[in-house]
Amino acid sequence: MGTYKSALMTLAAGTTLAFTLTHAAQAATLDDVKSRGQLRCGVSDGLPGFSNPDADGTWQGIDVETCRAVAAAVLDDPEKVAFSPLTAKERFTALQSGEVDMLSRNTTWTASRDNSMGLNFTGVNFYDGQGFMIRKDLGINSATELDGASVCVAAGTTTELNLADYFRANDMEYQAVSFDESSQTAAGFDSGRCDVLTSDSSQLAALRLQLSEPDSVKILPERISKEPLGPVVRQGDDQWFDIVKWTLFAMINAEELGVNSDNVDQMRDNPPNPNVARLLGQDGNFGQQMGLTNDWAYRIISEVGNYGEVYADTVGANSPLGIERGINALWNDGGIMYAPPVR
Amino acid sequence: MLRPSSSIPRRGRGPLWRDPAVRALATQVILLIALVAVIGLLIHNTLVNLEARGINTGFGFLDGRAGFPISQTLIQYTSDSTYGRTFAVGLLNTLLVSVLGIVAATLIGFLVGIARLSPNWLLARLAACYVELFRNIPLLLQILFWYFAVLRSLPSPRQSISMFDAFFFNVRGMVMPAPETQPAFVAVWVALLVAIVATVGLVIYGRRRQAATGRALPVGWIGTMLIIGLPIVAYFVTGRPLNWSVPELGGFNFRGGMHVLPELLALWLALSIYTAAFIAEIVRSGIQSVPGGQTEAARSLSLPGGLTLRRIVLPQAMRVIIPQITSQYLNLTKNSSLATAIGYPDLVAVFAGTTLNQTGQAIEIIAMTMAVYLIISLVISLLMNIYNARVALRER
Repeated sequence: MGTYKSALMTLAAGTTLAFTLTHAAQAATLDDVKSRGQLRCGVSDGLPGFSNPDADGTWQGIDVETCRAVAAAVLDDPEKVAFSPLTAKERFTALQSGEVDMLSRNTTWTASRDNSMGLNFTGVNFYDGQGFMIRKDLGINSATELDGASVCVAAGTTTELNLADYFRANDMEYQAVSFDESSQTAAGFDSGRCDVLTSDSSQLAALRLQLSEPDSVKILPERISKEPLGPVVRQGDDQWFDIVKWTLFAMINAEELGVNSDNVDQMRDNPPNPNVARLLGQDGNFGQQMGLTNDWAYRIISEVGNYGEVYADTVGANSPLGIERGINALWNDGGIMYAPPVR
Repeated sequence: MLRPSSSIPRRGRGPLWRDPAVRALATQVILLIALVAVIGLLIHNTLVNLEARGINTGFGFLDGRAGFPISQTLIQYTSDSTYGRTFAVGLLNTLLVSVLGIVAATLIGFLVGIARLSPNWLLARLAACYVELFRNIPLLLQILFWYFAVLRSLPSPRQSISMFDAFFFNVRGMVMPAPETQPAFVAVWVALLVAIVATVGLVIYGRRRQAATGRALPVGWIGTMLIIGLPIVAYFVTGRPLNWSVPELGGFNFRGGMHVLPELLALWLALSIYTAAFIAEIVRSGIQSVPGGQTEAARSLSLPGGLTLRRIVLPQAMRVIIPQITSQYLNLTKNSSLATAIGYPDLVAVFAGTTLNQTGQAIEIIAMTMAVYLIISLVISLLMNIYNARVALRER
């Protein structure tokens, strides 16, 4: 029933967009969030590792932690977040119309989304690439052998566009089977409606866990696209844009400086170096420059954790997905995760 | 507009605002101006704010490259086609499932409706069960049932259920032989056209003859034989200019033949069966609204049962049936937008869904989609009203 509801929501969001847009365009999101006492965050409608409710109904995942980090920085409480599960098709309209304050929904940063939709991408919290998953017993070892296959894909994604480009570039034919929700694509793949499931490779790892026999499938080696995933905010509110951007940077910087949720109190009281002192608000007024308090980053790290901790708990070593850091490691550790300095 | 009745003497000279006609006209003009101004303000304000937020506006996006594939296209479409083409593909898919649904729902509905009135106890009860079962379960559940419970449990392509090695049923839908016509096949179409024209002529002649002599011509039989026979003769005379592309299992899927998506089958089944339950009730009530005296009068003239139904009962029942069936057709067409729940590529799924998401132009796309459903509904209403005017009671 999710899709029916979601179709209605898209329609409702689309039609109300015309009316909500008649409000002042330059609303200060920070003031709204503070006066509401709650951050409204758009997340995925169920993707293990990124945003997925656990058995108790609590949202878990790397995208969810990004929302909590912003709530910790702004409201001093990572639990003051209202999560809105959105399908790929609903997400931009929901953000444009002001239904959510920010989107943290494994969304690929592209030129057209950044430039023509009235949105701004604040950074990248996961570098991904599109891959293919297939049943082992078909004996396929490379994506170039997929001529004539039926491919399950989520509608309205960059994945859908990359798929078309890849098959055309390799002069192969395919039959696309598009569903609204990623869980539907996994169910379609599981029942044999399609031979191949394509998505960002991290999602494939997550969706694999939802299959009836996760061991009977494999992920092909090809990565056919660049998928930098990150949080998105509305264009036209620079202060809010900066807050969401620097929340992520603070988490990455904290990992680089060795600050984590266990040692953050000790680090604040006795900063080992000036970089840590500036990050944790013991030197300078970097929080006030954004309209926050100077211990903004301290709150993020003590209440949510640094990037490395969040990664390990949600998609990395301590999670069922077990995705290696790879290019998501820090720049000085073989990856490309790099944040501008706090100074 | 209000006008003073001619029987009331018109007021003599007085101030203009005392004249009811002038006053009524003025009120309406002011209201109209206010309405236009409010709408204009809304549109202007929206455009200004969209501009301020850096969101693209206008219909220029329709010429942009879509870049995504669609699983069922009735016209030529590739990922290189434009968003305008996407709109056309989605619209045709919506029309396809609506037309298929309307035809099937009408057939099933009439059969079940007539069966409910059958003197055969079992048949009447079965029809009653059908109606009560299918009209009381929400349509979305029925669509999901057909799609997930029935069609998803079919075997994989390699283990397809085969009928005569030509029709294959599997989890990816139905594959069947596709006709491939050669140029000479035109002769068969021409023969069919000739047969239809001849049958129409025959019907007109038959009516005149019956009016003049009182003897009926077996037009039904002759017409059927003409329409079936002539094209067959033409087919063999021109040397059978038709090949069948028989599906063959190759690689991942069947190649060749015609593929019917399981999404289409599920949606079609659910829409037809659901709407047919309502149509059956409408047909039953229509037939029961014809007074029993009509049937008795026909019997006393020794008209046979079939002729009584066709010539006496149904024409009168139609006057009750048509307006209600029209709203069922409208419902079916609008309900086809539930396609998005199972991934059938209808207008809402590919245009108001995927295209909206890829371009981000929600207002234009939602407006176009709503306009399309409005136009389809108005066209169906118009056609049914024309038909209704033909069967309606002519007052003399």
